[in-house]
Amino acid sequence: MKKVWVLVGKEWAEVFKNKMVLFSVAFMPLIFCIIPLVILYTMQGAAPADISGIEAELGAAFDQLRLQCGPLVELDCTQFLILQQFMVLFLMMPAIIPVTIASYSIVGEKNTHTLEPLLATPITTGQLLAGKALAAAIPAVVASSASFLIFAGGTALLAASPAVALQLFSPLWVLGIFLVGPLLSLAGVSLAVMISSRVNDPRAAEQLAVLVILPILALFLGQLAGVVVINQGLLLIIAGALVLVDAALLFFATRLFQRESILTRWK
Amino acid sequence: MAMDTKKFPLSKDTAIYTRGLSKTFGKVAAVEGLALEIPAGEVFGLLGPNGAGKTTTIRMLSALIAPTAGEAWVAGYRVGADDTKLRKVVGILTETPGLYEQLSAERNLGFFAQMYDVEKVDEQVERYLHMLGLWNRRRDAVGTFSKGMRQKLAIARALLHEPQVLFLDEPTSGLDPEAAHLVRDFISELGSEGRTIVLCTHNLDEADRLCDRVAVFKTRLLALDSPLNLRRKLFGREVVFHLTKVNPGFSEALRQKAFVQSVETMDNKLVVKLDDPERRNPELVQELVSLGAEIQFLGEKRQSLEDVYLQLIRDQVQP
Repeated sequence: MKKVWVLVGKEWAEVFKNKMVLFSVAFMPLIFCIIPLVILYTMQGAAPADISGIEAELGAAFDQLRLQCGPLVELDCTQFLILQQFMVLFLMMPAIIPVTIASYSIVGEKNTHTLEPLLATPITTGQLLAGKALAAAIPAVVASSASFLIFAGGTALLAASPAVALQLFSPLWVLGIFLVGPLLSLAGVSLAVMISSRVNDPRAAEQLAVLVILPILALFLGQLAGVVVINQGLLLIIAGALVLVDAALLFFATRLFQRESILTRWK
Repeated sequence: MAMDTKKFPLSKDTAIYTRGLSKTFGKVAAVEGLALEIPAGEVFGLLGPNGAGKTTTIRMLSALIAPTAGEAWVAGYRVGADDTKLRKVVGILTETPGLYEQLSAERNLGFFAQMYDVEKVDEQVERYLHMLGLWNRRRDAVGTFSKGMRQKLAIARALLHEPQVLFLDEPTSGLDPEAAHLVRDFISELGSEGRTIVLCTHNLDEADRLCDRVAVFKTRLLALDSPLNLRRKLFGREVVFHLTKVNPGFSEALRQKAFVQSVETMDNKLVVKLDDPERRNPELVQELVSLGAEIQFLGEKRQSLEDVYLQLIRDQVQP
């Protein structure tokens, strides 16, 4: 395990000297925590709107939304429903942020001719890939978690009542952000590292690895359209599935990592 | 030296042993049936044209790629059987230095020292930075280094873990004469420390100066011996007599000697091909003097390793 952390340290020392990488890690968490807080800020002191027209138009769907609000009514419920849409973004963030770093991980080493000396050391393929994956996933999870905590703190301060924050930051979402998020991140970077070891252009790796967010994007759009209701049960199923997916991706990444092909066929 | 005694076919004094070592890429044979035995402490040269399989051989012996056929043992470990252990006891200077440009020299070496499980990382890094004259630039990003400095740093990286066998792939390629000279001196020092060094080079003068033995190969092994013996095997031994004036009778008289293989006249020189000149030269000198020749000086004609190499590569025959 020591070698894995040594590799992680080297990766961080290298990638964080690059201002663009720093920007890519910090930008999305910053934007995603600021936007909902700005919305909340602008809603301060707003009078409860007359929603009887919307209620009649949505019918059963409106009742479902009401159910999600639990004990919240009027402005509290509106704020809750708006903020809830952002929660999925916090789930997606750990998977999106590290893709750039992870995509460059293997193919980048190859292009700078550092891969051969690295592979000549007694590092195993598992250690190499684990180091590369963790180096990309950890900053993403830390940045996403920090962003989420700022968002949570801001919500507690700016929401119409403390009940909004209590309803929003239920065990469901805490589970989602702090369990599903890191698992998604690991899936994203494992896929990116795997692709990175199979292509000879970092851009191709990045473009392909971004595909990992498609299922999460579908979940987000499904929620917006009211087709999917994210609840504790669904999140636990997703978390369980992700554990299997992560294990499978790491297994296949190790199996697909052909030292010889990488050294001899890539030019 | 660690030893897989059950399988290793030779004594522990053998650093590298290969038997029928082959590598093909698709239908293309890169290395065919390579048989080598390199004793510990030898500086061994691998010579051959581009695409001859030198780098492939080094990669197989440092467990970076697997042989298609045959066997190889390096420092007692069988290639393909325990590659992680094998990698711990070999060092490799790759054809391109491959350093982390954004990191300092110190950080580059520190990282690799930890990867090789070096115990006293800081001490070892400091030692090699001093040894290669890079200590004052230790905190500078490698991206700011000259080509020579990068090459030295890459050599330091290959040595950090004190490998038993060191593979150097084109160590002076692209360096200016001064930097190349420094690197050669360093390799020479390493050789005198008793390390086994396999040097892969296009620079035949370098191989001649540094290597105890060389293997000339182009996919297959063409010749293997010390540079001196290769010259002698291929071109025989020739003694050049520099005279004030050459008389046609001189060469005729020398040809009568049973041990003389041939005599050539070139300007005021007689080039005599023979075996064992140390023993036969006095007799030749006496004969020439008795015929009235005035000998200015004499010496053995030295073919360059380049001559040997070119002859072997052109003919691709065993000398």
